[in-house]
Amino acid sequence: MAKYSLKINGKTQQVDVDPSTPILWVLRDHLNMPGTKFGCGMAQCGACTIHLDGNATRSCILPVSAIGKSAITTIEGLSENGTHPVQKAWLELDVAQCGYCQSGQIMSAAALLKSNVKPTDEDIDNAMSGNICRCGTYLRIKEAIKTAAKN
Amino acid sequence: MKNISNRREFLKFSALAGGGLMLSFSWFSEAKAAEKVASLNLPEQWSELSAYIKITPDNVIKILCPNPEFGQNVMTSLPMMVAEELDCDWKNVVVEMSTHDNVKYGPQFTGGSNSVRMYWKPLRNAGAAARQMLIEAAAQTWGIPTSEITTKAGILSHSSGKSAKYGEMAAKAATIAVPKDVNLKAPKDFSIVRNSKKNTEGVKVVTGKPLFGIDYRVDGMLIAMIQHPPAFGMRLKSFDATDARKMPGIRDVFSFKLYDDGFEQGGFDTRAFNEMIAVVGNSTWEVINARKKINAQWEAAGDVKETMMGRGGKTEKIVPGRLETTAKQFEMMAEFDKRLAKELRKDGDPETAFKNATQIIERTYYAPFLAHNTMEPMNFFADVQDDKALVVGPLQAPGWMEPSLMKLLNLPADKIEIQMTRMGGGFGRRAYGSYVYEAARISQKLKAPVKLIYTREDDMTYGIYRPMYTATYRAALDANKNLIGFQVTGGGIPENPIHANRFPAGAVDNYLADGWEIPSNITIGAFRAPRSNFNAAAEQSFLDEVAEAMGKDPIAFRIDLLKKAKENPVGKNNDYDASRYIGVLELLKEKSGWGKPENAGKKRGVAAYFCHNSYAGHVVDMVMRDGQPYVEEVTSVVDCGVVVNPDAARNMVQGAVVDGIGQSFYGALTHKDGVPEQNNFHNYRMIRHNEAPKKIDVHFVENDIDPTGLGEPPFPPVFGAVANALFKTTGKRYYNQPFMSEQAKS
Repeated sequence: MAKYSLKINGKTQQVDVDPSTPILWVLRDHLNMPGTKFGCGMAQCGACTIHLDGNATRSCILPVSAIGKSAITTIEGLSENGTHPVQKAWLELDVAQCGYCQSGQIMSAAALLKSNVKPTDEDIDNAMSGNICRCGTYLRIKEAIKTAAKN
Repeated sequence: MKNISNRREFLKFSALAGGGLMLSFSWFSEAKAAEKVASLNLPEQWSELSAYIKITPDNVIKILCPNPEFGQNVMTSLPMMVAEELDCDWKNVVVEMSTHDNVKYGPQFTGGSNSVRMYWKPLRNAGAAARQMLIEAAAQTWGIPTSEITTKAGILSHSSGKSAKYGEMAAKAATIAVPKDVNLKAPKDFSIVRNSKKNTEGVKVVTGKPLFGIDYRVDGMLIAMIQHPPAFGMRLKSFDATDARKMPGIRDVFSFKLYDDGFEQGGFDTRAFNEMIAVVGNSTWEVINARKKINAQWEAAGDVKETMMGRGGKTEKIVPGRLETTAKQFEMMAEFDKRLAKELRKDGDPETAFKNATQIIERTYYAPFLAHNTMEPMNFFADVQDDKALVVGPLQAPGWMEPSLMKLLNLPADKIEIQMTRMGGGFGRRAYGSYVYEAARISQKLKAPVKLIYTREDDMTYGIYRPMYTATYRAALDANKNLIGFQVTGGGIPENPIHANRFPAGAVDNYLADGWEIPSNITIGAFRAPRSNFNAAAEQSFLDEVAEAMGKDPIAFRIDLLKKAKENPVGKNNDYDASRYIGVLELLKEKSGWGKPENAGKKRGVAAYFCHNSYAGHVVDMVMRDGQPYVEEVTSVVDCGVVVNPDAARNMVQGAVVDGIGQSFYGALTHKDGVPEQNNFHNYRMIRHNEAPKKIDVHFVENDIDPTGLGEPPFPPVFGAVANALFKTTGKRYYNQPFMSEQAKS
């Protein structure tokens, strides 16, 4: 076990966990932040996507010991009430079906729009193809990203 | 009637939300709404007008959704049906998942595309009855006859100028007897139903609130995982958990049997393995790591006898012990296909028709096992105590699990509380609740609250797959290229896919359907439109080939057959309505511009299918992109009667199209010596963003027919339309799924 001081959503949080613990399980089990989802455990589905210093990162394979001073943003930190432009676009387009993958989709989309304010369809495909949606809401996700880009 | 909900219920929901709020808001744009309702959420504030409806004095209307949500939008569409007849303002509605109580709320299952269909009348009746009670309360208060009071958008009014919001009359209305007979609105008067409403849980989804079973937690809760045998047909021989027990945070490692010998399984008690090793500890990562330290030996289980309690009473079956390998499964299926199958339906004289034919077309189709791969892996919470139990999690049909839970825990129904969480996908998988029993067994042993979690690998290799199917279709044509005979032989491991009374049964004079089954230890279950999802692929691509041989347009060919089935049906028990089928094909032809000169250059495939009481068809436009077939655009038409929430319904159809393309192109679960060869998303290919069509144009046939199914019906015909578009695109017919494995071979 080891003590870590983590910057999460603008707050500093202390945890005492095994250094190999993926940040996904630190968030879900130790900090009671279940917005970040477990899907595959091997960075193949994107359900666990968070931002590490603003970059979309799969939290299921990222050990807590590798975080260092990097700032973590989770879906809970994007906005409190769904007011982030990407969340608003998701609501406007009524994207979700089961909704389980959508935290990860939103985090990937928010990171994309931060670095590319007007992504093309191809840019969106490239940035988002690591995020599986089993319900098949891909068309609405793309539309929502374009809507968020406009706003 | 009790007019307030109780304190326990309030506390329970608070606990479920981890201190937050489980209510869902229809007016999500008002950020203050959550705080407002939180301040109102004291039990004494709510007047209960029915099991489904509670109203506060200042006019917040809570509607309880009876059915578990797995993405089919019932948390919005079912309350819309209540609100419609209640005649309230949707802006004042908050939605909450109901408790599990089959006496109070009816069947409460999500499956068979049944939710809207089975609750269409009961929920509208509940809304209309509550409206009647509010009118009665106003009539008594104002001293005027009920017949003079009108309602609109949650306001009661009288010509004298008197008016009141529902909230003002709710407490009094709750004391009035529930009327037995109520009038329901005519569809032309609908103002909420048929008008798109946003997902009532939308804000919670996009802000990552704890909604799903896997998010559930209570203080002192332990995390559990199971280790199941690595192969179907294997069982636990022995294990050494000395090292695993020493790992940090581990409470216990033990083996357990799910069912005792001779246990009478219900129809949805399917389980792949009966004895497993449980690892229980403080946190998920600790349990994952400890599980790796178990030294387990497995052995061949041999043939296993199972006792099933079905509708037809008690039956026993032998589950064969052989360790299956996919190549051998194909050989076995080909061998069975030559044997005499069991006759399922026969019209006319198919033998003579085939003897007299001048041309016989015969094609065989195969499809593999499929894993459901819900994004939220199986999980469940259980807190089993000596005299009661609480189980919480994602389950499509909690009531189907209740009888076996009672037997396993030796507790009466009223001592077992089941709470339904949102499900991160279901697709049929969560109708089989053996993971609930596992959680309960583990909690029972430890006498502690436990959340069982499957890893993706546990989930994908556990079974309950879509069966492996095959079908051989034969068509007999006479010298004038008329279709004079039709035959289908279906088979599967372990289930035959054939729906013998479906189209083209009823449309061909000489018809034979038969089938066979090969028992297996690979467990199977319902998978979005069971059996139909294979039949539509095989039958609809076969019909395409028959139309081609007859020199007919594929849509015109289908419509001609359906006209015969409508005007002069062959045989009995044809379970489809030919008129609605034709209606879908005609609208599909119009909306896709089928046969129009401007679409002459497109590589298009068409298919239409009937299942779950609804009719759906697609035209798929395919191109070659980077050397691979790609579905670029799709036109979809569905007749599911009244569409309750149109935008969400379009979303569902679009999702079914994407799912259908993905499964038909890539989906496959294969075996080697009983071991599943795919166990996570690196080797089980799922459709991704860049592979989804650019456009899916969805249309509904407009009519006033009571709603029929929607979640499943648009899915099966995608497979057939894709197969037919592949032929146009590549010049080659695709008979075996997944199609992209075939493509790679060519």
